[in-house]
Amino acid sequence: MTPLQGCLLVSALLFAIGFAGAVTRRNSILALVGIELMLNAANLNFIAFWRYGAHPEALTGMMVVIFSIAIAAAEAAVGLALIIAIYRHYRTVNLDEIKDLKG
Amino acid sequence: MTWIAQNLWLIPVLPLVASGVIAVNKQRQRKLAATLAIGSMFVAFLLSLCAFSATLLHHGENGLFREVAGFNWFQFGGQWLHLDWVLDPLTAIMLVMVSFVSLLIFIFSVGYMAHDENFMRFFGFLSLFAAAMLGVVIANNLLLFFICWELVGLTSYLLIGFWYHKPSAAAAAKKAFITTRIGDLGLLLGMVWLYAETGTLNFYAAGHGCLESSALTAMVTHITAAGMAVSTAIGLLIFLGAVGKSGQLPLHVWLPDAMEGPTPVSALIHAATMVAAGVFLVARVYPLMAAGAVVGEHGVPVTTALNVVTWIGALTAIFAASIAVAQTDIKRILAYSTVSQLGYMMLGLGVGGVAVGMFHLITHAFFKALLFLGSGSVIHGCHEEQDVRKMGGLKKFMPVTFATYAIGMLALSGFPLFFSGFWSKDEILHSAHGWPVSHIPFFLGCTGALLTAFYMTRQVALVFFGKYRGGVRESAAHSQSHGKNKPSCHENNHAKPHESPAVMTVPLVILAGFAILLGFVGTPAWPWFDGFLTGEPVGFNLGKLTEGGTLGLMLASAVIVFTGLGLGWWLYGKRLRQTVGESDVLQVAQPAVYRLLENKYFIDEIYEATVIRFNARAAWFCDFLDRWIWGGMVLLAAWTTLGLSRLYRFTDEFVVNLGFDAGCETLREGGGGMSKWQNGRVQTYLRVIGVALVVLVLFLIWGRRS
Repeated sequence: MTPLQGCLLVSALLFAIGFAGAVTRRNSILALVGIELMLNAANLNFIAFWRYGAHPEALTGMMVVIFSIAIAAAEAAVGLALIIAIYRHYRTVNLDEIKDLKG
Repeated sequence: MTWIAQNLWLIPVLPLVASGVIAVNKQRQRKLAATLAIGSMFVAFLLSLCAFSATLLHHGENGLFREVAGFNWFQFGGQWLHLDWVLDPLTAIMLVMVSFVSLLIFIFSVGYMAHDENFMRFFGFLSLFAAAMLGVVIANNLLLFFICWELVGLTSYLLIGFWYHKPSAAAAAKKAFITTRIGDLGLLLGMVWLYAETGTLNFYAAGHGCLESSALTAMVTHITAAGMAVSTAIGLLIFLGAVGKSGQLPLHVWLPDAMEGPTPVSALIHAATMVAAGVFLVARVYPLMAAGAVVGEHGVPVTTALNVVTWIGALTAIFAASIAVAQTDIKRILAYSTVSQLGYMMLGLGVGGVAVGMFHLITHAFFKALLFLGSGSVIHGCHEEQDVRKMGGLKKFMPVTFATYAIGMLALSGFPLFFSGFWSKDEILHSAHGWPVSHIPFFLGCTGALLTAFYMTRQVALVFFGKYRGGVRESAAHSQSHGKNKPSCHENNHAKPHESPAVMTVPLVILAGFAILLGFVGTPAWPWFDGFLTGEPVGFNLGKLTEGGTLGLMLASAVIVFTGLGLGWWLYGKRLRQTVGESDVLQVAQPAVYRLLENKYFIDEIYEATVIRFNARAAWFCDFLDRWIWGGMVLLAAWTTLGLSRLYRFTDEFVVNLGFDAGCETLREGGGGMSKWQNGRVQTYLRVIGVALVVLVLFLIWGRRS
């Protein structure tokens, strides 16, 4: 098993755990945590494909990941703000009870 | 052009405006209504006098004064309809007569209708009538003439039916309207035909009018069906209108029934003016009637149309006079007398020309208005009693009425020398004597004159001589059963007959004066009236009285009149009627003849059995056609439509609607099913995305492998 395959395996595992958390958690903060995990799995993939790719000396992968982390931080701030707003409105953060958009 | 000819329209318009103002005012303003009507009539009378003096003072070409003025009414095709009025001696003399008689009768009505609750309506109608009649007189256009003629007919209808709550009055009004309408149909056809032939309806228009020589020559030479000249055919059609309006045979039936109206109406419309409109019409279109004449030895034109006029007139004169002999209603006697005298006028027009007929029209208007107003005064004095058998001895109670009535009666009978009726009737008989076609009309006229003197003597003897036969109880029962609108009658029931107030007797006296004086403008010695109408200068010449058999004829007619008067006095005056129920002298002598006369030769019954029954049958047949044939067709069409619409509804409801509904339902259910996916839960969406991703990945892997 090459180091790339190992990294991809870890990343896939991480993504699956994040997905499972996002889908199954009733608490919206925990669902957000799951989404963060999936994001980090994607970041790990960026790093792995850059480190073991054709041009490891170009630092492009590093750049993209730092950008991605910055966006993830902003996104987490927005997400948490949304959750607070939802909590103020519905007096709950249980995702099962927030279904006003149903058809 | 004189001022008055230009403004002749004012004469009919004034009473028209008065009538309009009365119509829009409140019911109670009696004084206003009477003032307006009488005032407008008075001004119209003054204007008529102006017009009359204009025709006296001015002379046109050939000595005949004639001026035409008018305005364009409307355009059709390339032609303007020109409404004109004409001022000539014929118009002027009629204007003065109509406005003067109307004025007096308006004044009389103030007294006669004093207690009627519909006083305003009465004066409104009277004014409208006067306006229409004056319009007839001044018209120089057959269309304007016809419009006014119909208005006159309408007001006649309204006034006959003035007491419309009496069924007999309502029926009489209807009868008058429908009977005259039969004649008017002829007039209308004649008018249309005249327009088709000449292209104009103006009588006189500087050589282009339909009564002027160029148009007449064209019409005489144009021969239509049965060898008649067009002018003859049109003349006869127009004469049919005159027959209806003037109550000539065989359309005379409405005139006696018209006496259901108030007495002033009978005097104004059904004796003096409106019924004379027919005679006036014939006089107006006389050039048409006389067109293409074979001039006889006396210089009188003889044409087919004029022959018909003569015969109808002569027959009507004697026919109606004989009926008048056996009537008992004071107004009906006068009504039949009117029919008879109108016959004389027609006879005069036929045998002697315009002047002869018109002279009798004018004199008759005055003395017949006098007689009718006198009878109104009698009826008023006797508490609405109209049966001469229940009167008698009124000479004592009503001296003024008696004196004036006697003058009217003598004028109508043609008492020699002093009364107008003598001169006018004598002129007619004289012309009839000289008529080249036949002598029969002359003898019919003489017999009619005898009968006239006879029935008038009978009437006066029954009404004014002897003792008063109107019992108190009878008159009370009578006036109650008639239910007139005159509360004062009931209060006066126990009184004897009384003389009428001055407002009623003064017009009588004035009319009586004219009944005497008017005769002197048309004597053979000084035929001013002839000269006035024909435009030829005349001189005073006593010698003419004895010329050419005139004196003999005058003597003969005087003998006839005296015979009639004597016979009447011998039968009715010498042995006066004592009781109401007593049978008539004639009835005792000749029961069959009396019965025939009393029932007016059963003309009404004959019409009932023939014309009216035929009409009823025709109406029934039309009803049958309407109900079953045309109605059936309509129903068939209706049912077909109904059936088709049922079919359409079925397809609509069960095919189109149901199919559409089914489609809609499916769509909605589909939408409902799909919307279950959209349940609002974010995690479900995420789960679906995850599953879909897995499936996609599996598909890609599996796809690459194979």
